[in-house]
Amino acid sequence: MLLSKMKEGQTGIIVHVGGNNGALRRRVLEMGLTKGTKIYVEKYAPLRDPLELIIKGYHISLRVEEAADIIVDKL
Amino acid sequence: MHKKTITIALAGNPNSGKTTIFNNITGTRQKVGNWPGVTVEKKEGSVRKYGHDLTIIDLPGTYSLTPFSIEEIVARDFVIEESPDVVIDIIDASNLERSLYLATQLRELDCKVLFALNMADVATSRGTKIDANKLSELLDVPVVFTIGNKNTGIDSLLKAAIKLADSKSKISQKRKVKYSNDIENSISKLQNFIEEHIEQTLPYNMRWMAIKLLENDKIVREHIRQKTGNKSLEIFREVETHRKHLLDRFDDDPEIVMTDERYGFIAGIIKEVVTKSTKRRIDTSRNIDLVLTNRFVGFPIFILFIWIMFQTTFAVGSYPMEWLDSGVNWLSAILELSLPDSLFKDLLLNGIIAGVGSVIIFLPNILILFLFIAIFEDTGYMARAAFLMDKIMHLIGLHGKSFIPMLMGFGCSVPAIMATRTLESNKDRILTILITPFMSCSAKLPIYILLAGTFFSANAGTVIFLIYITGIILSIITGRLFRSTLFKGADAPFVMELPPYRIPMIKSLIIHMWDRSKMFLKKMGGIILVGSVIVWMLTAFPRNINYSMDYNEEINKINASFTEKQKKAAITKLKLAEKAEKAEKSLMGRIGKTIAPVFAPIGIDWRGSVALLTGFVAKEIVVSTFGILYASEEADEPDALKNALLASEMTSLSALSLMMFVLLYLPCVATIATIRRETGSMKWTLFSIVYSTSIAWMAAFCIYQGGKILGLT
Repeated sequence: MLLSKMKEGQTGIIVHVGGNNGALRRRVLEMGLTKGTKIYVEKYAPLRDPLELIIKGYHISLRVEEAADIIVDKL
Repeated sequence: MHKKTITIALAGNPNSGKTTIFNNITGTRQKVGNWPGVTVEKKEGSVRKYGHDLTIIDLPGTYSLTPFSIEEIVARDFVIEESPDVVIDIIDASNLERSLYLATQLRELDCKVLFALNMADVATSRGTKIDANKLSELLDVPVVFTIGNKNTGIDSLLKAAIKLADSKSKISQKRKVKYSNDIENSISKLQNFIEEHIEQTLPYNMRWMAIKLLENDKIVREHIRQKTGNKSLEIFREVETHRKHLLDRFDDDPEIVMTDERYGFIAGIIKEVVTKSTKRRIDTSRNIDLVLTNRFVGFPIFILFIWIMFQTTFAVGSYPMEWLDSGVNWLSAILELSLPDSLFKDLLLNGIIAGVGSVIIFLPNILILFLFIAIFEDTGYMARAAFLMDKIMHLIGLHGKSFIPMLMGFGCSVPAIMATRTLESNKDRILTILITPFMSCSAKLPIYILLAGTFFSANAGTVIFLIYITGIILSIITGRLFRSTLFKGADAPFVMELPPYRIPMIKSLIIHMWDRSKMFLKKMGGIILVGSVIVWMLTAFPRNINYSMDYNEEINKINASFTEKQKKAAITKLKLAEKAEKAEKSLMGRIGKTIAPVFAPIGIDWRGSVALLTGFVAKEIVVSTFGILYASEEADEPDALKNALLASEMTSLSALSLMMFVLLYLPCVATIATIRRETGSMKWTLFSIVYSTSIAWMAAFCIYQGGKILGLT
């Protein structure tokens, strides 16, 4: 499923990081959102965008449109 | 022992505690400037330790060395081109896995690297234990433990750095990242190809260059193009073959695959050096965040914080501002009495002191504002503010962090524009700088109060409120317009770390505040001085004015004839008329009259245009210029200016048009100087001036001509 469809408190494993913007895609990967990484959806911002994730032991936020380029397996 | 200066560069992720360590090493002996050609801050400090002169360079905090952002380019270029003796990579021990990404990239560059495992105490308290010896062995890099905010480990870090710098040993080539066989194959083939085809010496390590070419690194390509000319085509053809091969093999771009593999390599290291206890611990930072970014109370708390910042900056700041102001007044009063009348005295008092004085009084605001910004940044709240506001700011095509500068614009554009430094993307920074002046600054308020109070007395409050709203709406329109034209292309990604909350260190806060204020005083000083002197010359020249009557003689006549009381009133009236005529016939007045036709379609007469011109120095001056031109500066008649305005040709409609123009037209000289400094470009500065002034004219034109068509007056 898409990361942007995950709910607060859910955990998943990243399957694929897609998107047309190569630079953004690489940036996302460099921040550690690589294939096989376990993610935890900590929360959505009060206006439902952006969202906060916990990966590799730290907190990171992404816009929902950016999260829509990431495919995850829900655990 | 030979003595030479050792250059040490500090690299590391943002929030890794790099700045704290830099401050601990160098103390106050810091030089803050910009990296050449860009507005990225460069910090440098020199210390003498253990018989060596050390120059410490604080590289911009980056997550990687891909030339993705200007910071990364700056950091990488420094390491490659200036070849510092040692690069210390500050690694946040509680965030080891991601920190190692930058570390492995540094390891691939040909430089002597040393790891500082910072904040290991935090990591331990979170149940993470790091085997430093193992890490050192696996990557073949010395590792030192530090706790930046407690100032421990700094001495051993410096000792290790000096030892590494003095060591003659070659930089170890083994124990770098190993990629999968296909990629390693391409790397070595490409490496051989380059070695065979290029005689020129390039400043790069061959393996690294091959890796970067496979990753399609634009900067490395450009370098090679410049160095080797036509030969580069051969190389690029070879690179393309390899890239295509890898693309077929992995079904993805090589740079993506390599990023993946670096993390794979890191995961292997992590497995060997980190032991995690499974015991659950209280995560204070996370608990704080549950409140501060809470769906219901997150925004109210944010608004409260911003309100406190705004109030303290402008309300509390107004007291020292008044002291400074009276200090300036006192100084000019003393000089007024002690110096003989001369052109120089006029220049000193009305040009230099008045001009520089009107700007220096902002210093308390700047100090307080930057104290708050430093607190927000150092605690980690700034990232949360961006997290909360991003949805709204994204509508204008901006980043969540742009909110703070824009809001500060309601106080004063100078600190507001300086606050755009917190934005990482250059595009966001320039766009925010361009729209911040539309936030009506507090210096414009007296003009609105005068005009709205005079012509819309009953509804003055509403009119002023609408003026503010118009500014906000126009900034949104401008933002969207520029985003889809000048700053086209994908928005900067939001991908942002939310660092754990930390207690800020007083030392860091003070250094931060001091840096900003020094910058304000130094850089602004020069430009404002020149600007003030020019405006003074325009108002003070020509010296010999052909007055329409001999005021002195008239005054003498009055002295001879009238009664005491009448005399005083009549003389004051004459003196004011003289002043008004002087202003009218000065260069400034002449310019005002010359350009008056430009203002005619928007209902502003020559007095208005002169007042607007003087507003270039500081918006507060507009009101006093009106006072002079309408010859109404009279103490015993407080409403004199109001009455004079009402009696003049000015109508409610032209007053509204004038207010609209004031809201939007060219910023004051201090703001322009700040824009020049923060964009680092004359082009953007001129653009800002021309854009805002034309918008101002058009908006005023619509109001005035539209109003006339509607039959308003």
